[in-house]
Amino acid sequence: MEKFKTLTGVAAPMPLINVDTDMIIPKQFLKTIKRSGLGKNLFDEMRYDDDGNERPDFVLNKPQYRDAEILVAGENFGCGSSREHAPWAIKDFGIRCVIAPSFADIFFNNCFKNGILPIALPQDKVDILMKDAEKGSNARMVVDLENQTVTTSDGETIAFEVDQFKKHCLLEGLDDIGLTLEKASAIDTFEASAATSRPWV
Amino acid sequence: MSPKTLYDKIWDAHLVHEAEDGTSLLYIDRHLVHEVTSPQAFEGLRMAGRKVRKPENTIAVPDHNVPTTPDRLEGIKNEESRIQVEALDKNARDFGIHYYPVNDIRQGIVHIVGPEQGWTLPGMTVVCGDSHTATHGAFGALAHGIGTSEVEHVLATQTLIQTKSKNMKVEITGQLRPGVTAKDITLSVIGRTGTAGGTGYVIEYCGEAIRGLSMEGRMTVCNMAIEGGARAGLIAPDEKTFEYIKGRPHAPKGAQWEAAMAWWQTLYSDDDAHWDKVVTLKGEDIAPVVTWGTSPEDVLPITDVVPAPEDFTGGKVDAARRALEYMGLKPGQKLSDIEIDTVFIGSCTNGRIEDLRAAAAIVKGKKIKDGLRAMVVPGSGLVRAQAEEEGLADIFKEAGFEWRLAGCSMCLAMNPDQLSPGERCAATSNRNFEGRQGRGGRTHLMSPAMAAAAAVTGRLTDVREMM
Ligand code: SF4
Repeated sequence: MEKFKTLTGVAAPMPLINVDTDMIIPKQFLKTIKRSGLGKNLFDEMRYDDDGNERPDFVLNKPQYRDAEILVAGENFGCGSSREHAPWAIKDFGIRCVIAPSFADIFFNNCFKNGILPIALPQDKVDILMKDAEKGSNARMVVDLENQTVTTSDGETIAFEVDQFKKHCLLEGLDDIGLTLEKASAIDTFEASAATSRPWV
Repeated sequence: MSPKTLYDKIWDAHLVHEAEDGTSLLYIDRHLVHEVTSPQAFEGLRMAGRKVRKPENTIAVPDHNVPTTPDRLEGIKNEESRIQVEALDKNARDFGIHYYPVNDIRQGIVHIVGPEQGWTLPGMTVVCGDSHTATHGAFGALAHGIGTSEVEHVLATQTLIQTKSKNMKVEITGQLRPGVTAKDITLSVIGRTGTAGGTGYVIEYCGEAIRGLSMEGRMTVCNMAIEGGARAGLIAPDEKTFEYIKGRPHAPKGAQWEAAMAWWQTLYSDDDAHWDKVVTLKGEDIAPVVTWGTSPEDVLPITDVVPAPEDFTGGKVDAARRALEYMGLKPGQKLSDIEIDTVFIGSCTNGRIEDLRAAAAIVKGKKIKDGLRAMVVPGSGLVRAQAEEEGLADIFKEAGFEWRLAGCSMCLAMNPDQLSPGERCAATSNRNFEGRQGRGGRTHLMSPAMAAAAAVTGRLTDVREMM
C-alpha cells in the first residue's frame, strides 16, 4: 500500500450531507474485476449529464478543482454499501484525504486499506476548512499525518484524532494481512481451543 | 463476573489477540462471498501465493449481477456481468470453497441463502463483502459487512482486525397494530435515529414486539441496521431461532446440537449490562410507513404529507431540497396521492417466504393497476419453489406480476432490472439513494404488503384500507 505522510494540495468543497457510495461510484461500474481505472467515473451521475458530458457546475469539473487531492464534505460521508470501489475511485481520481464531520463505518475502514486518510472533525472545524476550500486552487491545505494536523492556506492549524494502529499502517504503507500472519500461532491456538468448545462451527 | 451484553459475549468468545492500543484480532466463523466484491480479493491471494485458510467455512453464491429471467440459464448476456460470475465460478473451484452456482435451486441472495442452509448460527461471527450482512444478526450472530481488502484478509487469515463498537439497545415495546410489519419497525427506528445515529454502535433489538416477530421478520429488522449507520444489529436467540435452525442442511445434529444449544441458551444480554445508548419505541405508535426522499431516514407514516425543506435544520435543509427535486415531489402533497409506475417485491430485506405471503394476501383475486410494471423476485430458488407450491406464484401471475428467478435484481439494478429516469417505484428493498434502482429512478421504500397495495391502486396506499 502507498504510504501517507504529508499531503499538500487543493481541497474541493462538497458541502453535502449523507454522500452515499452509490453517488461516489454508481453500481454499473462495480462490474470490473480490477481495482484501477475507476477515477473517471467518480461521482459519475453528479459529474456527467445523461449524454456523458461534464456538468460544468459540479465541483470536480471546475477548473480550480480538477486536480483536487483533498475533499471536504458534510456529515455521514460514504454511507451505504461496503463497495471498496468507492475509495478505489476516489484514489484513482487523485484524492488522498477526505475531511468530514462523520463517516460511515465500512467506508472509513476501507479508506485506510487504500492509502486514503479520512479525517473526522467537529462541524465548526469542518466549516473553517470548507471556507478555505472554497477559495479555489490558490489555497492549498497541508495535511500532516505524523503530527495529526491540517493547516489551512492562511496558516490556521487544526488538530485531528486518528486510531494509532491505522496511523502506523498508513505512515509505513503496511499490508495488514502480512501483519496478521505474524500472529499465525495465536490463530492456530484459537482454532484448537474452539474445536473443543464449539465443535459444531 | 461483570454483566455483559450479547455483543460483549460474542466478541469475547472470538478474541484471538488484543493489542495495547485496543486493536483486536477477531476470529471469523463464517465468510459469505458474492461475485461483485470478491474478484480483487481472490486475485490478491493468487498474487501473494496464499490459500483460503478455512475453505470449509467459506460459502459463495452469485446474486448481485445475475439476470432474473428464465433465459439466464442459457448464459448471461451482459459481458461484464458474465465475466464476474465466471470469475466466482473459477475462484470457488480453485480455492475449494462451498458454492451454489446460478443453476442450483439453492442459489439466491447471499443473506437469504446463509440462514436457509443453516450456515448462520447463534453466537457466530459472520462477515461478507456486503453491507447487509447485518441480516444474520437476527440469529444472535455478530454479522457485518466488510470491504474487499477485508474479504482478502478473512480469506487468508480467517480473522478480522477490529476495534470494539459501543452498545446500543433499541427496544420496541408492546404489540404492533394490524398492517404494521418488521419493515415498518426498522424504517421507523431509522426515522428516529437518522442514518448516522448508529455509527460506532452495534445495536441489539429487543422488547415484546421484536420477540413477537418471526425469524423472517427479525431478519428484515436486522438487515437495515446498517441503514441506521450501525456496524451490526443483533437479536438474542430464543425458541423461534432454534426451531428455525433445526434440521437445516448445515445445522449441528445429535450430540453437537445438544452442545450448541447449551451455549446458545446463554446468549442474551445480562439484566444489568451497560448500554451506551438506549432508544425505545412503542409498538402501538408505529404506523405503516413509506419513504419520500433519497435517504432511508426520510420516512413518514403513509397518512402524512411530503415535508418541506424548512421543516428541517442544519445540512438536512439542503439535502431535503435536493431530495424533493430529485423525487419530483412538492411539500404538502399527500403521500397517498403519489402515483407510481413500478412495483418491486424482493431483496434481502423482504424476499423471504413470509414476505411473499404477505404481499400475495393483498393482491389475491385482484389485478395490478393498468399500465403498471410489477415484479416479484424471490430471495432464493428455494423460496421460489415454496411459493409455487403454496400457490403464491399463481396469485401474483394472475394479478399481473412478473414472476422471476432469484437474485438481487432491482434492489441495486446491476442486472437488466432497472428503472428509467423519472420512473417511480414502490420497492421492498432497503435503499432509496439517488440512482440506486437505475439512473434517475425514484424509489419509495415500504413493506411487502404496502408494495402490494400500491400495485393494485397504482399509488402509494395505506394497506389498512385493503385489509
Ligand atoms: S438484495 Fe440488495 S441489499 Fe441485498 S445483497 Fe442484494 S443488492 Fe445488496
